[in-house]
Amino acid sequence: MSEGTSQPDKPEAQSDGDGDLFSKFDDIIQMRENLLASGVEDPFNLVMEKVLSPTRAICNGRETILLGTYNYMGMTFDPDVVDAGKQAMADFGTGTTGSRVLNGTYQGHKECEDALREFYDMEHAMVFSTGYLANLGIIATIAGKGDYIILDIDSHASIWDGCAMGNAEVVPFKHNDIEAMEKRLRRVPEGAGKLVILEGVYSMLGDLAPLKEMVAVAKKHGAMVLVDEAHSMGFIGEHGRGVVEDAGVLDDVDFIIGTFSKSVGTVGGFCVSNHPKFEILRLVCRPYVFTASLPPSVVATAATSIRKLQHASNKRGHLWENSKRLHKGLTDLGFQLGTETCQSAIVAVIMPDLERGAAMWEALLKEGLYVNLARPPATPANMTLLRCSLCAEHSDEEVGTILGMFERAGKATRIIS
Amino acid sequence: MDRAEVDSKIRDLIEPFNKKGVELNDSATFVGDLEFDSLTVMDFVAEIEDEFDIIISMNQQAEIENYGQLVDSVTKLQD
Repeated sequence: MSEGTSQPDKPEAQSDGDGDLFSKFDDIIQMRENLLASGVEDPFNLVMEKVLSPTRAICNGRETILLGTYNYMGMTFDPDVVDAGKQAMADFGTGTTGSRVLNGTYQGHKECEDALREFYDMEHAMVFSTGYLANLGIIATIAGKGDYIILDIDSHASIWDGCAMGNAEVVPFKHNDIEAMEKRLRRVPEGAGKLVILEGVYSMLGDLAPLKEMVAVAKKHGAMVLVDEAHSMGFIGEHGRGVVEDAGVLDDVDFIIGTFSKSVGTVGGFCVSNHPKFEILRLVCRPYVFTASLPPSVVATAATSIRKLQHASNKRGHLWENSKRLHKGLTDLGFQLGTETCQSAIVAVIMPDLERGAAMWEALLKEGLYVNLARPPATPANMTLLRCSLCAEHSDEEVGTILGMFERAGKATRIIS
Repeated sequence: MDRAEVDSKIRDLIEPFNKKGVELNDSATFVGDLEFDSLTVMDFVAEIEDEFDIIISMNQQAEIENYGQLVDSVTKLQD
């Protein structure tokens, strides 16, 4: 799901106003005013004045431990990655000023796609300017009129927007419910094309999809399968290829969508596939064609980072240790978490309501800890969450410090006793 | 199943979702009169889909604003 925490991922119908096109935003304006009237620092307007490392920044004048950045593998300050970016900027300039299919494909874009092909051991890789555009482009392009998209109701905003942009019939099913998914697949009219869309890790609660079972069901019904592995790349699976690798279904999946803005540590998105006709998408996928390609420095940092992630099993091990320790520590302190066991590097702490969630968020910030405040309607079941994402560069000592901060802030706001 | 039978089945299914006991005439709207939020819509649509063994895609749901339209659509879809 989305990090755009002030909007629902699934688009909602808007009511007509009184002629002012902005009256449709009145509810959210009111919600924001009520929140700020309580005197809390604005959770959606934080400025990082300085970034010291993957895990530290100066936020609103305070040195802060970062626990909500999705910078899972801490690649943002890796010296090799930084050098590759500097060199590419010096050699190729600051930007391409063009589409991938016109003047915007440089050597670096090809090298980045080569790195992805090698990373996933797949035939084809296509790099987009963001992960959002990768979902938007692939989904809207391959599922056309008369086709059916069967997707999890808790899908990310970029998946919903890809559905909205295309012309396929969109059929959601209850989160992670294998039976609900199969029932819908069974009811698709004979002969219609079917695309099943799943995510490896769902980012709101940090829970995994039962991919082994779901992919098998999708294949049984002749559907193509697309899995968004934004929150697992580089970390989950023996080679960091994601939940699909861990579940042993990498070869049964038709498309993997990913991003460079999490483990890879820069910005950009991609799709990898073994489909024999995949390359034609470069000509027919509008969010690929009608936007400028990534700057040379970005693709150079991405390619270097991806190659380093292939051999990062020690870092993966440490990230698991950090995640499990935080999950257990918070559970022991009495917090209610989004998952019973630690399933990913996301640990979601469930707050009783938005007011107390915002108070806890602010108390943590004053302790020197940044987490994401996620609130309805972006969250499942209208929950308010403090979403933590760990980094392989968090030290053991930092995880201890973080738990101390949660204990003090939780007691001060009476969320734990 | 004819329209009257579909109507009576949907009336049973909607009961647990109609928390305020709103009177169900054909012009009763789901968002306005019944005050369904998006989560309620999802659960309710899933119940109807399973009962009638049909798909009501989101594209079709966007066209259904009131109770009468729902009964019409389901009558057509289960045919």
